[in-house]
Amino acid sequence: MLYFIVGLGGVFGALTRYFFGISFTHVWQHSFPLPTLLINLIGCFLLSWLTTYLSRRKIFPRDVVIGIGTGYIGAFTTFSTFSVESISLLKTGYYSLSLVYILLSLLGGLFTSWLGYQLGERMMFNYTLKVKEDDE
Amino acid sequence: MILHLLQVSIGGFLGATARFFISNMAKKNISSTLPIGTLCINWIGSFLLGFIAGSDFTLTWVLILGTGFMGAFTTFSTLNLELIQLLKSKKWKAFGLYLTLTYLVGLFLAYLGLIVAIE
Repeated sequence: MLYFIVGLGGVFGALTRYFFGISFTHVWQHSFPLPTLLINLIGCFLLSWLTTYLSRRKIFPRDVVIGIGTGYIGAFTTFSTFSVESISLLKTGYYSLSLVYILLSLLGGLFTSWLGYQLGERMMFNYTLKVKEDDE
Repeated sequence: MILHLLQVSIGGFLGATARFFISNMAKKNISSTLPIGTLCINWIGSFLLGFIAGSDFTLTWVLILGTGFMGAFTTFSTLNLELIQLLKSKKWKAFGLYLTLTYLVGLFLAYLGLIVAIE
């Protein structure tokens, strides 16, 4: 059953990524792969926040959280597209653009994940503080 | 359009479940500070997507295998969450190793896939 939920999350994650890419082709004609970069950075932030806050709050059943995190966000973000795009840029002679893309993905991914983590920890801390106050 | 959505959906379903299966298997059977499951998933996916990009598949198969399956199979968010968790638990060596192996080998494998398909 859990596999089915993760698969379902995967369907919506892949579809969101596909839509995101399509809608960007109208506004972004530059060879720099901005859609994938944005998808990956947004996903990093969301997954970290979800893991450090939402999953610990136990608002949703565990299976649903895995469906959203592993299924939806995991499938929304993509490493393979990132690596193939980087290589394609290199192969077509866009050396500096490729390097910028790799660095922005690497550092940006770490930064947005860290941001989601910090926010999640802060929200969890505030929540436990509030629960304690309510108990007293 | 509807057909395209269906193709991406099929790939996405299978890609996400395959990733879940492999990472569960790796967690159960391999004891390592490095997230070997995600590492292998991103390596395999980079090679195969490189291969798909270099081959002349029809749009149908690109959407099922590329956008759908490989896109959902590989993951960027889990990679970075795992990197941050390694940082937070002060496992500097594992952090450096995981980051370097993922990016260097991942990019090389995407290149290799592309070359294999073209030749």
